[in-house]
Parts: sequence; C-alpha cells; structure tokens
Amino acid sequence: MSPTDDALLAVSGLRKSFGENEVLHSIDLEVRRGEVVVLIGPSGSGKTTVLRSLNGLETPDAGVVAFAHGPSVDFSQPVSKAERDSLRNRSAMVFQQHNLFPHRTVLENVIEGPVQVQRVRRADAVSQAEALLERVGLAEKRDAYPHELSGGQQQRVGIVRALALKPDLLLFDEPTSALDPELVGDVLGVMKGLADEGWTMVVVTHELSFARQVADEVLFMDGGVIVERGAPAQLFTAPTHERTRKFLDRILRPLD
Amino acid sequence: MDDRLQLLLDSFWPIVWGGITGTIPLALISFAIGIVIALVIALMRLSKNRVLSGIARVYISIIRGTPLLVQLFVIFYGLPTIGWVINPWPSAVIAFSLNVGGYAAEVIRAAILSVPKGQWEAGYTIGMSSTQTLRRIILPQAARVAVPPLSNTFISLVKDTSLASVILVTELFRVAQNIAAFSSEFLIVYMEAGLVYWLICLVLSSGQGRLEKRLDRYVAH
Repeated sequence: MSPTDDALLAVSGLRKSFGENEVLHSIDLEVRRGEVVVLIGPSGSGKTTVLRSLNGLETPDAGVVAFAHGPSVDFSQPVSKAERDSLRNRSAMVFQQHNLFPHRTVLENVIEGPVQVQRVRRADAVSQAEALLERVGLAEKRDAYPHELSGGQQQRVGIVRALALKPDLLLFDEPTSALDPELVGDVLGVMKGLADEGWTMVVVTHELSFARQVADEVLFMDGGVIVERGAPAQLFTAPTHERTRKFLDRILRPLD
Repeated sequence: MDDRLQLLLDSFWPIVWGGITGTIPLALISFAIGIVIALVIALMRLSKNRVLSGIARVYISIIRGTPLLVQLFVIFYGLPTIGWVINPWPSAVIAFSLNVGGYAAEVIRAAILSVPKGQWEAGYTIGMSSTQTLRRIILPQAARVAVPPLSNTFISLVKDTSLASVILVTELFRVAQNIAAFSSEFLIVYMEAGLVYWLICLVLSSGQGRLEKRLDRYVAH
C-alpha cells in the first residue's frame, strides 16, 4: 500500500513477535500531513513497538512502512542499513527517558544531528538551535549539562533535539510518563504548540486530555491490534468496543 | 652506618634515572599500545560475529590465564628458536602491550555495556551510524566508567615492568640489581628501589584523581 494523496505515512500489515509472544498482529495506519495521531492503550498493548518500528528502532517481522515521496520499507524482506537510515531521515523520536547525551551541553545535544549527520554548517546549526531553545523557553540553558535541568526542561530539550533535524514526522514515546505531575504541563504545552503549527506527529501517551484536545485521530490498541480508531470526540464519548470502554473507565475513574 | 647512608644517597639518582629512562617510558608506550589492542578486542568481543567474539574470548583467556613472566620469556627466549630474534626493549613492549590488551579489554567491554541502551537509540534516531554513535556518544561516557579500573591497570603495569629486568632491559629494578650485586647491600638497595616505585605510584594516583574529576564534570552528584 502506498500513501494516498495527502498522506505522509502509510503502514500496513505490521507484525512482530518476541519469541512465542506476538506483540503486533497486523497493524494498518495512515498519517496525513499536519495530522496528530495519538496511540493509547494499556502497557504491553504494542503501541510503543509500532512507534519504534516507524523509526527503525524495532524491526517488525512483516509489514510495510511507506512514506510519501520517500522510502517504502518492506519488513518481510531483510532490511538493509540504507533502508533503515532512509526511515530515520524522515522522522525524529522523543523518548520517555529523554536520552539526552549527558556529556554534551544542551546546545551540543541539539546540534549533534544537524552538524554530524546532516552536514549543516556549525554556525547555522547553532543559530537554529538557539531559536528553537528560545521557543521552548530554554535559551539561557544552552550551555548547561542535562543533569542541571529539571525533568520537564530535559524533555523540552529532547523535543528541540528532534525538531532540529527538521523531520517530516515527529514521534513521541510516552514523553511525559517519567515526569513529576507538575512538570507534565510544560511538555504537553510545547507539543500542543507544535501541533498548532502544523507538525505531523504520532504520539504514544497516557495523557487523555492531550489526546482529547490535540489529536485528529486516536487509535486504541490492545493485545497487539488496533481495537478502535476515530476522532477523539467520538472515541472518548461513545466508544463502540467494550475493551475501549473498559480502558477509558479505568483511566478516567480509577477508583470506581 | 655512614657507608650505608652514603650508598643510599649515591644510588638514589641512578635508580631514579633508571625509572625515568626505563620504567616510565616502557610503561607509557606499552599502555598506549595496550589500550588500542584492548579497544579492538573489546569491540570484537561485543560483536555479533561469533568468529570475532570467539577469537577475542580466547585471547583474553590466554593472557589472563598465563603468567606475564612466561609471556615475556616466550617472546624473548622462545621466538628466537624459530628464527625470530627480538631485542630486549621491543620484546618487553610487545609482552606488556599484549598483556594490557587482555586485561583492559574486559574493563572497556564492561564500560561500554554500562552505557544505557537509550544512548545508542538516541544516536541512531538522530541519524548516526553505529560507528559514529560509538565514537561520539558511547565511548566518551564509557571512558568515565573505565578510568578508575584502567588507572589501576596502569599502576600495576608500572610495577610489572620490573619483570623486564630478567630479559636485560635497563630499567629501575635492573639498575638496583646491579648496585646491590656490586655493593652486597641487598636490603638497603632493594628497599630503596621499592621506595622509588612507591613514589612513582603516588604521583600516578594523584593524576588519576584529577582525571576522574575532569571526566565527572557532567555528572550529577
């Protein structure tokens, strides 16, 4: 399947097992340009595996990941390094544990990819990085080391590091799950700003309020399949599947 | 008593000079080459290629499982019997380098493994190759972990270079042996030699502390 006209990314038939355990059954999804797709579901449902497959950090056993005007990687064949790199050229990942480089300053973290991989001139990369840091309110932290920042600041640098690569697609893997509750808002605020600006994003999260406000489409995954998908208004207020309903109940009313 | 004191004073500088011209350069050169060998062996050991990791495993096992003195004798006295004559100095450098290579390989391997997997993934996801990620992201962080044990390896090496005296390399201990044989004051001269080794190691330990501090600057305390 190749992406339809306005689609940026089309995924079809994604399948993956770890040993006996099949974690992805057959995943199909499409992401249109400028769209925010949010994956929700219980842990172990396979949502992170889907996300990581898009960036070549996970190698599915079968299925196709195809970008518009770009690589189309068929995982049922052996995947070459070049194919994996071609996927990574199109997207950038924000991790749960930020994974900033601890031995590099904030600025060095951000320019590493542009300078070392994309061969951008250092001066250009620096001024771009400074502008991005300014945007997330961290301009004055450019020479700090990651351990000198709060969790929320670290994650905002993680987002800036991804943005600096100018990817077509931003991937977020539970970006706020490791944060103290009072720091979550900062990071979600930055993400909402990016969505408003028209960035295409795929987000794995437990923050249903973010999904409700920002997502164009919400996918509910459970047991390695996409159980239900739809606009947040529809999925959150009138889920059609029992499993979706139960999951939402558990999250929205944990004490009942 | 005065004669002995005089001997102590007279022999001090020759012994120190033996350290400066023999022990220290021997240790430095062997360590530098040994670290390169160790890095290669560590990467082979971590490689998914079974042949490479097997070779590395056997190498480490042999080096760690045989006495350094035996390794030195094989190279200096053994190889000439198959027509491979190597002078004392290069023989010592070869033996010590190979030895450091075996011990430090395990240190470096453990240090590389101590860097969280997420650091590799972060490197990959910004588009770096595994070589680039290793060089720019992983090794600098591994270095911080590896410095204390590698410093110990180096300090051990400094002392082990005294073994080179048995293959006639003129270093600190060889000088001391000559003076001791000549004067028959074994206790004084060998204790003096021990003192000079100790002084060298004290200097190295303080250098180690400074290096660790420098590498620690980006870590929260």
